[in-house]
Amino acid sequence: MTSTMSILHRITGVALGVGALLLTWWLLALLGEPSDFAAVQDFLGSIFGHFLLLGWTWALFYHLSNGIRHLVWDTGHALTLPNVYRGGWLVIGMSVVLTLATWLAGYWLR
Amino acid sequence: MPSHHSQKRLVGPLSRARGLGSAKHGLQHWWAQRVSAVALVPLTLWFVYSVVHLTGADQARVHDWLARPASAILMSLFIVAMFHHLALGLQTVIEDYVHREGVKLTALLLVKGLIVLTAAAALFTVLHVAVGG
Repeated sequence: MTSTMSILHRITGVALGVGALLLTWWLLALLGEPSDFAAVQDFLGSIFGHFLLLGWTWALFYHLSNGIRHLVWDTGHALTLPNVYRGGWLVIGMSVVLTLATWLAGYWLR
Repeated sequence: MPSHHSQKRLVGPLSRARGLGSAKHGLQHWWAQRVSAVALVPLTLWFVYSVVHLTGADQARVHDWLARPASAILMSLFIVAMFHHLALGLQTVIEDYVHREGVKLTALLLVKGLIVLTAAAALFTVLHVAVGG
């Protein structure tokens, strides 16, 4: 589990890097015609777009939560084996809960 | 770590430095990764909060949102911290998995170049909107 979580931190990091390209595309579309921006929004609103966004939302919260876990380790805390596992499950739980909360909020505010 | 005294390898300091192994920037890299990570915790939460509020928004609404000084400032900081963090992280990944010297150097330069280009485009957009484009 610990090695899987470690490699997941890298995979989600790289995936979020691809997401940064999409964010830049979205921002650049702000400078174009309203129809250009609508094209980006339509893509994101498609099933494939939703699939990507859902993946990125989870990747973001996983990388964020696990990153905080790493920062805690850097201070020398929570480095015993039981704490490492406890933190691992906390990160997995937090990433799922925060992803669901974000998407519920998105649908609710739409 | 191999000892260069016992092995008598004819490798000078320059060759070792080209291997990115002894430029003595390791701590600086490690520290910058942490500083950007800490900055990204609140910035990312703000970003997610903002994007959720902009769900389904049209161009005019997103434009108005980004034109607000608070949005423009935080978005600029988010872009700078995020792309910096990304560049450092991808550098580590490339150095860990790509071992052929030429390929590694090419990959590092390509990724760095793409990140600088993308970050510049994103930052330009924010400033353009904020200044009244």
